[in-house]
Amino acid sequence: ADNSEIRFKLCQDLWHKIRVLQDELNRKILDSLLDFTRKCSSTRQHSDWASQMRASEIPTAALVLGVNVPDHDMTFQSLSELLQQSVTPHVASVQAKECGGEGLLALVLERLMDTVVTVDDEEEEETEQTSTQLHKSVHCSLSTLCDWYNAKTMKSKTGTPGKKRSSPVRDDPQQPPVVIIFKDLEAFNPKVLQDFILICSRYVERLPLMFIFGIATSPSTIQHMLPHSVSSLLCIELFQSLSCTQHLATVIDKLILTPQFPFKLNGKVMQVLMSIFLYHDFSVRNFIKGVQLALLEHFHSQPLSVLCCKKKEALLNVMQLSHHDLESIRHLLSFRRYVEKQEPQEQLNLFRDDTHLKEVCQKLIKDLRKYHKNYYPVLRCLHTLTSSLPRYPLGKQVRELHLICLEKNVWENEDYQTAMKSHLSPPESQTLNEVCYYSSSATVRRHLNATPRTSIQAALSSPYYYLQNESLKTEDGTVSNAAPDICIAYKLHLECGRLINLYDWLEAYATVVSAAEGNNPDSDNVRKVEEVKHARFIQAVSELEFLGFIKSTKQKTDHVARLTWGGC
Amino acid sequence: MAALLQHAGYEEERLLRVAQQMPCREVQAGMLLSLMGQPQQYSYPSIFIYGHRASGKSHVMHVLLKELELPHATVSCVECVSVALLFEQVLLSFFGCDAASLLPRSPSLSDFVRIYRQQCSQSPAKQTRYIVMEKAELLRDTDANLLPALLRLQELVEDNVTIILLSEIVWDKFRPNTGCFEPLLLHFPDYSKGELQQILSQDRHPSYTAEFYSSYINILLGVFYSVCRDLRELRHLAALNFSKFCEPLAEGKVKETDTHKLWRNIEPHLKKAMQTVYLREVSSLQWEQMQQMEEKESGALRGLSAHTHVELPYYSKFLLIAAYLASYNPARTDKRFFLKHHGKIKKTNFLKKNEKTSNHLLGPKPFPLDRLLAIFYSVVDNRVAPTASIFSQISSLVTLQLLTQVSHDDQLDAPKYKCAVSMDFICAISRTVNFDIVKYLYDFL
Repeated sequence: ADNSEIRFKLCQDLWHKIRVLQDELNRKILDSLLDFTRKCSSTRQHSDWASQMRASEIPTAALVLGVNVPDHDMTFQSLSELLQQSVTPHVASVQAKECGGEGLLALVLERLMDTVVTVDDEEEEETEQTSTQLHKSVHCSLSTLCDWYNAKTMKSKTGTPGKKRSSPVRDDPQQPPVVIIFKDLEAFNPKVLQDFILICSRYVERLPLMFIFGIATSPSTIQHMLPHSVSSLLCIELFQSLSCTQHLATVIDKLILTPQFPFKLNGKVMQVLMSIFLYHDFSVRNFIKGVQLALLEHFHSQPLSVLCCKKKEALLNVMQLSHHDLESIRHLLSFRRYVEKQEPQEQLNLFRDDTHLKEVCQKLIKDLRKYHKNYYPVLRCLHTLTSSLPRYPLGKQVRELHLICLEKNVWENEDYQTAMKSHLSPPESQTLNEVCYYSSSATVRRHLNATPRTSIQAALSSPYYYLQNESLKTEDGTVSNAAPDICIAYKLHLECGRLINLYDWLEAYATVVSAAEGNNPDSDNVRKVEEVKHARFIQAVSELEFLGFIKSTKQKTDHVARLTWGGC
Repeated sequence: MAALLQHAGYEEERLLRVAQQMPCREVQAGMLLSLMGQPQQYSYPSIFIYGHRASGKSHVMHVLLKELELPHATVSCVECVSVALLFEQVLLSFFGCDAASLLPRSPSLSDFVRIYRQQCSQSPAKQTRYIVMEKAELLRDTDANLLPALLRLQELVEDNVTIILLSEIVWDKFRPNTGCFEPLLLHFPDYSKGELQQILSQDRHPSYTAEFYSSYINILLGVFYSVCRDLRELRHLAALNFSKFCEPLAEGKVKETDTHKLWRNIEPHLKKAMQTVYLREVSSLQWEQMQQMEEKESGALRGLSAHTHVELPYYSKFLLIAAYLASYNPARTDKRFFLKHHGKIKKTNFLKKNEKTSNHLLGPKPFPLDRLLAIFYSVVDNRVAPTASIFSQISSLVTLQLLTQVSHDDQLDAPKYKCAVSMDFICAISRTVNFDIVKYLYDFL
């Protein structure tokens, strides 16, 4: 259709808005970490008595992020970039699984010295390049790092006047701290971590080190992983990021409970996304991905989503709707409800006159916009009123109240004044709501909460569903002879018990396949199984074993054990 | 006291400076000096110094070597994960980086000895060279030939070199089975209370008198000596609490000599420090900030161990509960706990003879994935579809170290796990989902 390009562009705009929102999420905790880093590097340079006495400890930030480990990658990426831009260029992030072969120390050295090499590429002299390579083969120790660091700070002290720096001026040009970020502390081998800290504490006077620990469970992990003799070498300060539920509340505030964002989710879809969050993974990133999936599906499958945008644009797009689109408007459930309430003459007009319909649509779009503008403030008022009631009849969080309102008329819970009644009605009562509201919860659930086994079994028992080949069409429960080998083998094995005799299976398979090829099943040729069929059978059985439906067993020779029951 | 250190081979002023920097260690330093002898004389091939943490071993060695300007190489065995680093460090310190680069890629002991002999034939030692190895107990975990060879290094390289090993562990634990050249043993005993007083009073604050600081140290030791004799810890505590001690003086309420009033001011503060800073529950930064706040404002300090709460999603909690049940219930009892109609199980068959040890004392047992899922589906109250998210949660629990994977990574079809949480933790979690876990545990039948 014509408007697919417009829809694509709208979808892209909204997608981009969501991305921008994601980047903003961790702003507060990152700012406090940056402050901490700056403060550490400045107190180190004081020479008063107290600072001197404390100079032998390595300042450490313990950042508690929550159990949703995949969300942390983004946080650490932003943290790393912010540190490099505004505090110090010497930042190295390490993950536990990367420290396998060479060891933690070598990895840290590589990250620290390589990153700076690339930034200052233009001014790097030949000799320095070779010395960096020398380090990899000979000296993997912190004294190398100290020498390198001193060389770097000497150079920046003498200054390079005319050099254009793309990043803003760093705070501490004299002695920028060297920051090492441990992204997933619990996954590190405690012994490796302890040795690393012991080694670093010997060099703390020569090198201004600073650690950031990314903790997923709780701060008491530190005490479990590090004995007293090691944790006494660190000066640990605790930073708690927002809990996942608070995070989610922020995201919902900015993305859903706002009239600025034209795309909306209906009650069921919200419920699916919320339940995946609460029951499965506590991951805000996956929640946002779910919203993005719904966004994509809506703009792809609903041609009227061309009206799901800012008011001015929507009004313009209405005037450009094709006849086909106008017909689909006439078929919308909410529109038919609207028409039923009109005068008979008006009803005829709406059905016959396209121009008139367009005008009426413009008015309806404006009404929808006004509904949204009123809904959210009133929702928040209601939430403020009811959030501290005992036993939370209307939910504790705003999102719970929103879900209640999305499903049905909230005043059926209690009595309410007319103001609330008219503004907090569910969106299904508004005409043309299908334009903005995405309601296919089953699709979202199927995509986000995958059941791989069901998909595989569906593919094997009804291959037509995926392959869309006409010759594979059969009634339910049977499989066509022309189906792929693995489907035939699968169907046959379903009829067996716990242990399957391979030769019997082969014979049955050969019979079915011969019937497909048109040979008479009773003739003598078929008795001798051909080599090709044998090979095909073996391949099908191996694939079934790989997929986990059967496994080899020693209980009986030439038998395999069946692993799955039920299903189709 | 300074006059105790005398030796023919070294200048008097230098020895005086040395003695000033190591109070209360004159006896040990004197012993070391006589072992070292005059600089050009050979000394004993290996010396083993042992003593508790913060008893001054490294400090004494470094002061001696630095002040008397003796050629030395200091190696910390924590850094030397491979012997190559150790050899490099020694060659680097004595002969420069050219010699260090002569070492092949993974040098053996004979390579090291060969290169050392080459180098010292070009530049023989005019004074004894010392190799100081800190945290020497880690040498026991390296190749078995390294320690005996190092003890005899003087003989192997035919050079005037002495190895000094510093360790917290006694020599009896080092001795290899096949025997070795016995080093000379030198013990650094713990400091007594008086000695601690003397040493700590040396870092006095520049703006206060020595007696004032000394009385502060006296009070500090009075509170902490019974629980801590580690010099480093005490020094750290002294630094942190001094500003609070001086507070009434700074406010002008007391004079320097009013020890009783100062004591009353500082004593509750020190007691609180014993529960927080000493145990590293709060960082020194937080402690100082808390000191600067008013008494009324500072509420209870939340230490690191107070934060034990972990937020888990709903199904993950049930997965963890199922894992705990799988680890601590024997497999044959599953039918009784988790099937609705298990029929009558005779008590005599059920309780094996002589089974008195509680499973909780024996620790968690490994269980296969299938058993975990079977228990999970029976304890979860509503119907759960076997989606990919459930399986990925199991891996997340392993990453969080709440479950441990027992089977090898390569074994994909039958992974085995163990539950790694304590009873308190799992009880707290079960309470949040209204699941009475004690009812399902075999040990509490």
